[in-house]
Amino acid sequence: MKVRLLLKNGVLTARLHGELDHHSAACVRDTIDDTAQKMRPHTLRLDFSEITFMDSSGIGLILGRLKLVSVWGGKVIVTNVAPELQKMIELAGIPRLVEVRKEADGNEAV
Amino acid sequence: MKPCNRFEMQFPSLSANESFARAAVSAFAAQIDPTVADLNDFKTAVSEAVTNCIVHAYRDTIGTVYISAKLFEDGKLTVRIRDKGCGIPDVAQAMEPLFTTGGSERAGLGFAVMQSFCDTVRVHSTPGGGTSVTLTKRFSRRMSYDKR
Repeated sequence: MKVRLLLKNGVLTARLHGELDHHSAACVRDTIDDTAQKMRPHTLRLDFSEITFMDSSGIGLILGRLKLVSVWGGKVIVTNVAPELQKMIELAGIPRLVEVRKEADGNEAV
Repeated sequence: MKPCNRFEMQFPSLSANESFARAAVSAFAAQIDPTVADLNDFKTAVSEAVTNCIVHAYRDTIGTVYISAKLFEDGKLTVRIRDKGCGIPDVAQAMEPLFTTGGSERAGLGFAVMQSFCDTVRVHSTPGGGTSVTLTKRFSRRMSYDKR
């Protein structure tokens, strides 16, 4: 599991890559939290365009980050969820809690 | 009905084996020629069950996770994921969506996901003795050859 972070105009984008499960989520979480706590972005964007598999650990990752950025009044958005992951996102009620949207380029500012 | 194919495997409850376990089941299921969506659903369910063994059953220890799979002529696949860990005192409660004892990074959705991504989920658990979860899904083949 790899994650690339990009900070631009107060938006921290975490572009996740590979399979997201309990094992891989742990290191992604630490990487994101480390930077987020220092930078305190107003928006944390979790970009799922390169995620090929996800179980409910991915849901835990989203909810945990939401809790973290809420501490300083930030928000989380989730972008580019592949159709096969949509079922999981819906089942967990994620669209009721954070904005889920498509975006052409994960490197563009929000 | 007798299965037309089966496999068994066991591995230590290391979180690195989560991806190995679902990939192995997925590779076994590939011979049914399932749709990508069906296969992905089943893989997700297996991942949830194996993660439960690692996170809950063997919480502070490393134990053995046992998987046995049976494939039937009609495209039904049954996979049993078993551990000899701590067991679940109240299975009905554990299966409720959002219930978790795993802390803030766990969504409490494991059983809900298994139930919505498989046809049936059966859970047997003995506190102190271990848990077995049996997932069943009937796969429709991508190329249906028995359409008349």
